[in-house]
Amino acid sequence: MIINGKPMDLAPGTSIASLIHHLNLQPEKVVVEVNEVIVTSNLWLDHELSTGDKVEIVAFVGGG
Amino acid sequence: MRIYLNEKPIEIDAPATTFTLCQAFKPLADVVVLNSFIVKEEMDLKEDDRVTLIERGEMPSQEDLEALMVSRHTVGVHQKVKNATVAIAGLGGLGSTCAVSLARMGVGKLILVDFDVVEPSNLNRQQYFIRHIGMDKTQALRGLLADINPFIEVVTETALVTEANVSSLFGQADILVEAFDNPVAKAMLLSTWLQEQAGKPIVTGSGMAGSYSSNTVVTRKVMKNAYVVGDGHQEARQGCGLMAPRVGVAANHQANMVLRLILGESDV
Repeated sequence: MIINGKPMDLAPGTSIASLIHHLNLQPEKVVVEVNEVIVTSNLWLDHELSTGDKVEIVAFVGGG
Repeated sequence: MRIYLNEKPIEIDAPATTFTLCQAFKPLADVVVLNSFIVKEEMDLKEDDRVTLIERGEMPSQEDLEALMVSRHTVGVHQKVKNATVAIAGLGGLGSTCAVSLARMGVGKLILVDFDVVEPSNLNRQQYFIRHIGMDKTQALRGLLADINPFIEVVTETALVTEANVSSLFGQADILVEAFDNPVAKAMLLSTWLQEQAGKPIVTGSGMAGSYSSNTVVTRKVMKNAYVVGDGHQEARQGCGLMAPRVGVAANHQANMVLRLILGESDV
C-alpha cells in the first residue's frame, strides 16, 4: 500500500484503525482518505486495506 | 499630453507642472508623488508621467481604490480576486491575520466565523487592539477590515462550528481556510468539508508554535483539494506557545495559497 506517498508493507486485511494505532496517531485528530475518498472514523474498524490502496492520512497538531 | 493621475490616464495641456496639476485637480493635496517619488518642489510633467495627489486622511472613493489595486495587481488578477468568496473558520492568530491579507488584496467577499471574544492573551499574535478586548472576534475583525478596505463584503457569524453546520456556515465560499486552534476541530472541519463540498479547496494549518525556523513552515498539498500549512509537528503546549512571527508566516502561507487557488494555480 501507499501511505502518504510512501510504500508500506502491511498484512493484508489491516484495518484503518490498526494502521492508525500502528502509526501511533491520536484517532480524533486524524483525517483518512483511501483512493481519494474520505473514510469517516466510524468505519475505521471495519475498513480493511487492500494491496495497492493509496492512503492519505492528515494528523493535526494544535495551534492557530 | 497623457499622464496618469492617481493611476488613471488623463489628457492635460502641455506644458504642465505638478503645481498646475494640483491647482486643477486637488488644491488641498498635502503630498505629491511623481513616478513613485515624493516631490516637494514644482516639477515639469512629461508624457506618461504617473502622479499621485494625496490629501492626508481623506477617504478614497471606491473607484480610486480600485484603480490603485488594478495598477498594483493588473486588471485580470484584480477581477478574479474581487469575484472570489473565501470563508475563514476561526479568527485567532491564523484567521485574523489571513483575513487582513485577503482584505488588503481586495477579495470580494469574506465569510468570517468564530464563537469567541477577544481576550488580552490574544494580543500577542492576533490582529486585535486593546480597544477590542471583550468584543466578539467577528465584530472586532469586521471593524478592522472596514478600516483597511471598506469596499469588500464581509459576512460574520458568531457561532461554534460543528459537523452539523459546516455547509450552512461556509457553503457559499469558493475556498475555505481552516484556522482553528483545536486539532480535533481541525480534523472535523477537513473531513466534513471534503465530504460535503466536493471539489472546493480547503487550506488548513498544522504546526506553527514556538520560535523554530520560519523555513520549516511549508504549504503541502495532501489530498486532491486539501492543503496543510505548517511544520506538521510543533503544537502549542507549555513552554512552546504561539507567537506572532511564526503564526503570521503560516497565516500568510494560507493567504497566498488562497490567492494561488483564486488565480487557478492548484500546485503549492
